[in-house]
Amino acid sequence: MASIQIANARKSYGAVDVLHGIDLDISDGEFIVLVGPSGCGKSTLLRMIAGLEDITSGDISIAGNVVNELQPKDRDIAMVFQSYALYPHMSVAENMSYALTLRKTPREKIADAISGVAEILGLTALLERRPKALSGGQRQRVAMGRAIVRKPQAFLFDEPLSNLDARLREQMRTEIRKLHRRLGATSVYVTHDQIEAMTMADRIVAMHDGIIQQVGSPVEIYDRPANIFVASFIGSPAMNFLEGSYEQVGENSAGIRLTDGALVPVLPARDAQNNQAVTLGARPEHITIVSDGKNGLPAKVELIEPMGLSTLVHVTLAGKPIKIFTMDRPDYAVDSFIHIAFDMAKVHVFDSASEKRLPPASEPHGDHAGQ
Amino acid sequence: MTLTGQTSTRKWLYWGSHYLMIAAFVIFALFPLYWLLKVSVTPNDILYTEGVRMWPSRTTWENYTFVLTQSNFPHYFLNSVIVAGTTAIVTTLVAALTGYAFSRFAFRGKVIIVALMLITQMFPLVMLIAPIFKILAPLGLTDSLTGLIIVYTAFNVPFATFLMQSFFDGIPKDLEEAAMIDGNTRFEAFRAIILPLTLPGVAATLGFVFTAAWSELLFALMLVSSESASTFPVGLLSFVSKFSVDFGQMMAAGVLALIPACLFFLLIQRYLVQGLTAGAVKG
Amino acid sequence: MTTVTQTGKLPVERRGGFSRKISGIIEPYLYVSPALVLIIAVMLMPLILGLSYTFRDIRILNPFSGGFVGTAHFEALISDQAFLGALANTAWWTFGSLLFQFSLGLILALLLNRQFLGRRLVQALVFLPWAVPTFLSGLNWAWMFNPVVGPLPHWMTSLGLMAEPFNILSDPDLAMWGPIIANIWFGIPFFAITMLAALQSIPKELYEAASIDGATTRQQFISITLPFLAPTIAITLMLRTIWIANFADLIVVMTNGGPADSTQIVASYIFTQAFRRLDFGYASAIAAVLLVLLLAYALSVIALRRAMTHADS
Repeated sequence: MASIQIANARKSYGAVDVLHGIDLDISDGEFIVLVGPSGCGKSTLLRMIAGLEDITSGDISIAGNVVNELQPKDRDIAMVFQSYALYPHMSVAENMSYALTLRKTPREKIADAISGVAEILGLTALLERRPKALSGGQRQRVAMGRAIVRKPQAFLFDEPLSNLDARLREQMRTEIRKLHRRLGATSVYVTHDQIEAMTMADRIVAMHDGIIQQVGSPVEIYDRPANIFVASFIGSPAMNFLEGSYEQVGENSAGIRLTDGALVPVLPARDAQNNQAVTLGARPEHITIVSDGKNGLPAKVELIEPMGLSTLVHVTLAGKPIKIFTMDRPDYAVDSFIHIAFDMAKVHVFDSASEKRLPPASEPHGDHAGQ
Repeated sequence: MTLTGQTSTRKWLYWGSHYLMIAAFVIFALFPLYWLLKVSVTPNDILYTEGVRMWPSRTTWENYTFVLTQSNFPHYFLNSVIVAGTTAIVTTLVAALTGYAFSRFAFRGKVIIVALMLITQMFPLVMLIAPIFKILAPLGLTDSLTGLIIVYTAFNVPFATFLMQSFFDGIPKDLEEAAMIDGNTRFEAFRAIILPLTLPGVAATLGFVFTAAWSELLFALMLVSSESASTFPVGLLSFVSKFSVDFGQMMAAGVLALIPACLFFLLIQRYLVQGLTAGAVKG
Repeated sequence: MTTVTQTGKLPVERRGGFSRKISGIIEPYLYVSPALVLIIAVMLMPLILGLSYTFRDIRILNPFSGGFVGTAHFEALISDQAFLGALANTAWWTFGSLLFQFSLGLILALLLNRQFLGRRLVQALVFLPWAVPTFLSGLNWAWMFNPVVGPLPHWMTSLGLMAEPFNILSDPDLAMWGPIIANIWFGIPFFAITMLAALQSIPKELYEAASIDGATTRQQFISITLPFLAPTIAITLMLRTIWIANFADLIVVMTNGGPADSTQIVASYIFTQAFRRLDFGYASAIAAVLLVLLLAYALSVIALRRAMTHADS
């Protein structure tokens, strides 16, 4: 197992810059998830670690050795592809043993290795089958088995669950997580699905437009997003955003004046100026429905989505759509007016221009895990 | 196209005309070959008098026996097998390498090389006979099978490359990436993983080139003068002697010569369609 | 377990992966080199050499030839009636063959595109003409057109196309149709194979959606099939036009350019000049003109396609 260091890595295709100066330190045994929308550069970064793409500038090191010049076959890493890339003309056993055969490993050792891994993944009965006789989930497991058998320094995953249906995806998420706990392997996992990121990662690396937006544990990223992109990308249903201006109301209290004149009380933000254009960010579960206008702001109910245990209520506030997550069964109807209140301790203030989060003055310094 | 909502009579009409047209095409394709066969089994004396009959009153194998035992034809045939076979193999190998490069790599010279290949398809090859002769003569490659093979290979490489490229386009790139991560160099991955998957494509290209090389006349005629190196097209023309055109024997030789080309092509034509389709799907 | 890295000696400040990038640039050329070498040696160098002949006097039988004559050949060409006639014949030959090869090939592809009993066998049989050596089929067709030994003139008479059986190959007005028909027979498989492949790559759901929307078979053909086929049609038409224009075998074998040069096309004219009269200089000049014409044709087709795709988007 090995650590991976990425130092100021850049990638351009001709005149187009795809990755701008990526710095990342991955510890031995960590499960890192690179998450972001399509085109953010996460797959490119993964392929650069694998050696499938050249590094335009910067360094990538595995286990302390700079690998820029090495071919993929010399980097001792294994990769699970989105399309699994199983060799169609070979059986499952042959697929899994291909790398070992290339290294001239003796046959008994290969057989041992394969049967061990096949057992863990539940593939023992399928060893003689060809890939086309397997289901999607089975193929996915063979792809993982092929990687595990090699006992590489690091595992790379390129959106391996994207081609599976929702239920299989849930199942495989847990299996991959369990495997990681069992093998303790350094893993770099790329996905555009923030649920996968949240449930599987030791640390999440949120990427956008070729830059790392934030690095942190799932809880850190969820509770203290560094900017509007990370705040809106992580968490489902997504965070609500309202434009307004910051108002300092006395020494220890502040508020955000919305466009319709309403004032939302917030914790005083450390670096915020009076009248600064800011964006209020509130997760659906941090908005409550209150009984009267004294403590809440009036909002019109547009849509009610019952989800069994919880309900998602769509309202309009200050002309903007807001989603509220509540465990209470609604006793109001569509098109009626309700009053909502924001949890002061949990909402976020973002500077509208830079989109960066302005942390509350009470938050300890140096908590920003990001750029 | 779907045929929903059609009545029985319309269906009958549709399939009736369908089969009719198919029959017309098949007859059109096969009739000349049938005629060729018919002339080859007609004895010389009634060749002209009974010329127009669909089948001669007497058939004979004497044309075939003559061609096989008393002419140089078996020798020509063998030369053709050597030349066409070797050309097919070498061309396919070269085209596989080149087609793979076109399919997988984006490199600066690519457009130029593709344009070059297109241009080579455009000029009248007759014009090249004299210059090629001048280049090959000092190398001792005229009047030799090797010289023919080299020339034929060069002629066929462009189209064969185009064929192989479209077959490679139908295979996902991450297969060789997986192999490269497993421990192959790109070339090893190409040989061990990708090439075996394009066997239909290889077969199709082999068949296409074999057929083309098999029937080439002009260059064989001009570059080869001795009997020992003649291929069968040249030999066939030798049946047109100064004093009589022995058509019966010529057609017999022709039928014999047809067999390998047609057999081979019959076997691989399915892969041609298959492979061209696969390439098209991947875009 | 870690494999040896070659980077131990390099300075820490090295950026990117330099030697890998170099080998990455060279790699494609390694794959392409055998083909390049062959094409340059066997086709391009002779082409340049052949083009140089256009400006020289090369007559094999004349030991004093070989001198530089400048544009004398081209000047002779402009007033060469035979050449101008050959140009007209080339157009007739090319487009006559092309029209029927293409339309019949397309029809055949459409017929083969649906499953029916015996399709595999029919497909194999109907593609056979492509495998027949062209000069052999030329001889065969010439034989079939001859009223003494062939059935065609008699059939055409019974169908009313002829007053009485005669050999169209000896009639200057009709002779060209002989090789054209032989060429059609030979060329249908090419179009059928490429069109069939293109047809089979059209997703079936498009037709299903269209028929749900109420489109008739003809409307489906016009709005789905043709647009999907258009790129393939364009490429194959262009390639085939050029090949046919250069294709002299059938004509040389069936009519040798006659009667009275009525079937002489530029490509066969080159052959005559080069190998009957052994005047390579003149022959090369003719070939050069043909090459330029074909290049112009190809470029205009490409330009037209660009303009059309830009107009769409």
